[in-house]
Amino acid sequence: MGFDPIRAEMRFGCGLSPVIAPPKSVDDMLDGVLGRDPMAERFPITLFDTFRAWIVERRDIRREIKSTTTTDEARQEAAAKEKAFIRGVNDEALHWLRQAMQRRVQTRDGFRERLSAFWGDHFTAYGRGPVLKVATGPYLEEAIRPHIAGRFEDLLIAAVTHPLMLHFLNQDQSIGPNSEIAQKRSGRGLNENLAREVLELHTLGVEGPYTQGDVRQLAELFTGLDWTPAKGPLFRTGAVEPGAETVLGRRYGEAAGLGPVHAVLRDLARHPATARHIARKLAVHFVADQPDEALIGAMVAQYEATDGDLLAVYEAMLRHPAAWSAGASNIKRPIDFVATSLRALALPQADLGAWGAKRINRQLRRPLERMGQPWERPIGPDGWAEEDTAWATPQGMAGRLQWALALPELLQRDVPDPREFVEAALGPGAPERVRFAAKAAENRREGVALVLMSPAFQRV
Amino acid sequence: MGDGVSRRGFLLRAGALGCSAAASPFVTPMSFAAAPWDNRLVVIILRGAMDGLDAVRPWGDRDFAAARPGLAATRDSALDLDGYFGLHPALADLMPLWRAGELAAVQAVSTPYRDKRSHFDGQDLLEAGGMSLEGGMKDGWLNRMLQGVPGITAQTTYAIGQENMILTSGAAPVSNWSPDVDLSLSAQGLRLLDLTMQDDPVLAAAMAEAVLLADSDGDAVVAEDEAGMMASMQGGATGRRKGHLRIADFAALQLRDAARIASFSIGGWDTHVNQTNTLTRPLQRLAEVLLRLKDGVGAEVWGKTTVVAMTEFGRTVRENGTRGTDHGTGGAMLLAGGAVRGGRVFGAWPGLAEAALYDRRDLMPTSDVRAWAAWAMRGAFGIEKSRLEGMVFPGLDMGDDPGLLL
Repeated sequence: MGFDPIRAEMRFGCGLSPVIAPPKSVDDMLDGVLGRDPMAERFPITLFDTFRAWIVERRDIRREIKSTTTTDEARQEAAAKEKAFIRGVNDEALHWLRQAMQRRVQTRDGFRERLSAFWGDHFTAYGRGPVLKVATGPYLEEAIRPHIAGRFEDLLIAAVTHPLMLHFLNQDQSIGPNSEIAQKRSGRGLNENLAREVLELHTLGVEGPYTQGDVRQLAELFTGLDWTPAKGPLFRTGAVEPGAETVLGRRYGEAAGLGPVHAVLRDLARHPATARHIARKLAVHFVADQPDEALIGAMVAQYEATDGDLLAVYEAMLRHPAAWSAGASNIKRPIDFVATSLRALALPQADLGAWGAKRINRQLRRPLERMGQPWERPIGPDGWAEEDTAWATPQGMAGRLQWALALPELLQRDVPDPREFVEAALGPGAPERVRFAAKAAENRREGVALVLMSPAFQRV
Repeated sequence: MGDGVSRRGFLLRAGALGCSAAASPFVTPMSFAAAPWDNRLVVIILRGAMDGLDAVRPWGDRDFAAARPGLAATRDSALDLDGYFGLHPALADLMPLWRAGELAAVQAVSTPYRDKRSHFDGQDLLEAGGMSLEGGMKDGWLNRMLQGVPGITAQTTYAIGQENMILTSGAAPVSNWSPDVDLSLSAQGLRLLDLTMQDDPVLAAAMAEAVLLADSDGDAVVAEDEAGMMASMQGGATGRRKGHLRIADFAALQLRDAARIASFSIGGWDTHVNQTNTLTRPLQRLAEVLLRLKDGVGAEVWGKTTVVAMTEFGRTVRENGTRGTDHGTGGAMLLAGGAVRGGRVFGAWPGLAEAALYDRRDLMPTSDVRAWAAWAMRGAFGIEKSRLEGMVFPGLDMGDDPGLLL
């Protein structure tokens, strides 16, 4: 078993489309991950570096409201302005959800979209507060998407030192207990959150060879990483814990600065435990909950041989026969279920493009929540569950069926003939039972929903 | 299509769907095992920081009226609890429960969370149940309580509503269900759905239970005609009963059956502005939920039920400049149910004199909200104190038994 265009699009891409051809070869798939990013150009999402100005803007409005010199009238005006401003921010975030969906529906390089989502999940981060809470899209666009085909260490550095990650895992609250700032003002200290998650989630893995001492030392080494909405990322020397730190037996940070932070992240990225953790997670995500050991082995070997060149690791996966096995496969996550459905229905770019915020909320954001995957809001820094059991739940299946049955309202155009739709969605290998169900359905609406709910569509 | 197709699957039951859930023989098969306990626990998270001083008003405190000229309101004997505290008027419908000894409050409680007063962190800590958010606790206390208890199945505990709650997440199995899901398709559609899933037992099992739950919690899955179906899909059905009542009804339905624990949340408590108006609706919703639960489970089950309603923190003692209150520290929790030793306000009252306040602004917490939840679980399910203090709520000192339950 090896490369197959249909399986390539279903398992590693964004699903079959009646109007966009699947990839022709493994080389084709890998080419699609490299170079220019046509989907990001066609469906842009604001970069965090631009986005952060909105935090400043909202803060200024807030200041006006709170100010003692503001007149009652001006205060009311400012309050109305704040409300409108927050609404505008939320609408923009719904627009980014639309853009992410458009990319998946319109792309010829589905693997690139899937990898972006995979790494975005691996480096889960989201904000608190009325503006920052929608910052995930801008963060992914800036820190994740440009780095998915390079070395893991560059991706790691971009994600871990990004303002949103510093905020999400409280690094921007952390100061060295003996730092200059701590000397002046007590009451603040070290926060280990980011350091722990870097070791446990981002690099070595929870079974990895690190101790609480390493967590603490890494947290001390991370002191100084900070940002402000006005200036973006910055290094705050006054927060740095004096002296060198030892992480996994190596000394870093004789001098304060970003250099030692990057050095420790590069070393962690090249650690054999990280190679295995990353290779296994990719295989679990794309192939099966219990992936073939030989497949993982091939990916680990490439990772180690290239110091974590991600393209080489992807290639090792895609060239391995086990990646193409027809056997046990994964259940699509809700975001993939929804996107592959819209792609199979060939939802025109202009249709989705014309939706207002309310409609995106009602027909995409809320259904995703109901299916168990609220948009960019996993419950913790470990991201979405990889196990199929997390998705094959009554609530999840009910959410999918409800959404699939409501497609006429969503499409607002003719629902396709289910007998044709079964080919578009599942290709020539569609199971006989699904063909039968599509034909025997009482109406088009149920016929199309039955195709989408079939295991052949829900599993990849 | 012959009968043989559907015989093995969930849709042979299609004929029975649409019956009221209590009468349906197909609700019972969900109870795979006998639950380990007979008592019931309902945990309600009040998201947004309920103002405990407005919900359970300390009329007897001489500093109360001065701190809240616009909110304290005059004493109303119809809402008087114990001569010192009185209920908010929006909770008036709960007075019969109070008189029957089925409603209690705890004043001046808090989690160990201090000072930053962020909803998100406060709620995370309330649900995670630890001493602080550091240390990466990733599961919730209700789930940890279940871990390792023999006989627990996913049907023992229901997390209800659309959100993912930290409270119930973790290694122990928990069912999630949101009663605002409406499934509506033809009998033929249901039969065909069954057919396509025949070779996939994992998806088929989840789908079967989804169909049963959707059928039990309101409108029948198999609609009379296409018009009814479309009306239902477009939210006609959801409009009929309010979301919080659908949740209460669904919780009651499950608690009457194999479920022993239900949890969900009620929002809308962040009353920074014009609190006289803004607090009324969430309080009414809470009252409606409690009364609906009581009616829904029936007298026998209600007698074994403890409802715990808790919030991330309290609100400032003094009114702010917009006739509301801001984020504070000490707050109140409410308990209801036939199993509760009600008719009293628990907790040591610290007083509202400025020197007695936390940070000179907030009600001083005098007990850990986790301790009361722990005693409720100790009373309802007999969980050992050492487990509650070590694993369920790490770092908690439960103190002496306050005699919360009967």
